[in-house]
Amino acid sequence: MTITFTTATAVRILTQLRHDRRTVALMVLVPSILMILLRYVFNNEQQFNAAAPALLAVFPFAIMFIVTSITTLRERTTATLERLMTMPIAKLDLLFGYAIAFGLVAVLQVLVAAGISLTWLGLEIDGSVWLLLLIAVLDALLGTALGLLASAFARTEFQAVQFMPAIVMPQILLCGLFAPRDQMAPVLEWLSNIMPLSYAVDALAQVTHSSDVDATLVRNLLIVAGCALLALVLGAATLRRRTP
Amino acid sequence: MTNYAVVAEGLRVRRGIREVLHDVSFAVERGSITGLLGPSGCGKTTLMRCVVGVQIVAGGTVTVLGGPAGGKNLRDKIGYATQNPSVYADLTVTESLRYFAAILRAPKKDVERVIEEVGLATHADHVIGELSGGQLNRASLAVALLGRPELLVLDEPTVGLDPVLREELWDLFRKLVDGGVTLLVSSHVMDEAARCDRLLLMRDGYILADDTPDALRAETDTPDLEQAFLRLVRKQEALA
Repeated sequence: MTITFTTATAVRILTQLRHDRRTVALMVLVPSILMILLRYVFNNEQQFNAAAPALLAVFPFAIMFIVTSITTLRERTTATLERLMTMPIAKLDLLFGYAIAFGLVAVLQVLVAAGISLTWLGLEIDGSVWLLLLIAVLDALLGTALGLLASAFARTEFQAVQFMPAIVMPQILLCGLFAPRDQMAPVLEWLSNIMPLSYAVDALAQVTHSSDVDATLVRNLLIVAGCALLALVLGAATLRRRTP
Repeated sequence: MTNYAVVAEGLRVRRGIREVLHDVSFAVERGSITGLLGPSGCGKTTLMRCVVGVQIVAGGTVTVLGGPAGGKNLRDKIGYATQNPSVYADLTVTESLRYFAAILRAPKKDVERVIEEVGLATHADHVIGELSGGQLNRASLAVALLGRPELLVLDEPTVGLDPVLREELWDLFRKLVDGGVTLLVSSHVMDEAARCDRLLLMRDGYILADDTPDALRAETDTPDLEQAFLRLVRKQEALA
């Protein structure tokens, strides 16, 4: 690992984004617009309050997943990755560079969506707002890391797009948003237990209903962060300097 | 320090069940331009990928600057330009080069130098995706010139360039070689062959000939290198 390579990569990706203002606007605004939409679909503050915290995690998770998997796939399929692999940069430098750049975009995305939800849309939480933001950002980072990993298994951009329903949707269905996890059939509950998004949604539920920071909350956060890190390391392992 | 920048011995590469390089051996002298010529699909790119160490090899050895190809210590000593321009289309020429310069630990002022060398000074602040094909190619070539590479591996660097630019690039290549750099350049245009010190003629994953342009002309008894190539192909087919 070389810090200068990681930061150079992050700066490069952010510069690429700076040239693509529409993508940045979409990334920052879409989760907020979905939150607003949700608020008026329920048309009821109580129902919105029940679903909104989990969605503050789910939307950035899904969006960052898809953006990252496409961008990384583009790097893999154009010759830039091949060229980088002949240079002194380590594979983890490259992936952490991606994670930092998209992580920063995710912070912005979550700040805007949470800001609108907590003020205009009347979302109320008992716990710390900062903790809510931290969980949402961790989630976006998890989406980024899983997107990086998924891009290794896609040959084309069509396939990469399909990974979104294949990898992201089951996590959303089983994370406890639609039905409490402990009331699911044992197989489904077991499945939800091995999906990282479940722990993020558990943590968000806790922050919504109580201001306690207990061991369970810390454990849940560590699980989400650990899964993101694991996905990044596995993603680095799927990059190959030599290819057929 | 040997006299050769690249030595390949018994190199074999398989893609799927097909062997695309068959027992290829050659050497590239330091401080020379070696041209790799042959029809498209003959294995030029695969061979270059072996030299820069990104190709999975089924057999044989490639030694580059005294060490095994792809070695860690070689990564800032080889400049490589892939056939498809490998630059970030959504960055400007300068931004793209700044990134690669950081990765190669090249001095910052190198960026300006290489832009000048490939003749893109007037387009330094243009987004690469909006450049013409030839300019795109030069933006990609510029990356290979960053830092102080001892070996340049350039895959079809002059494709899509007009004769004036081509002339300028070959002058640049010659200047680099005079400064001690070694060049391995592929092309499928035979009129570029005459500018090389040595030629490797390839066909169907074999090296058909490995000699100087003059020796090839003498051997095949024609002043035209394209004719020389054709005669060598026919001779080989007659033998087979």
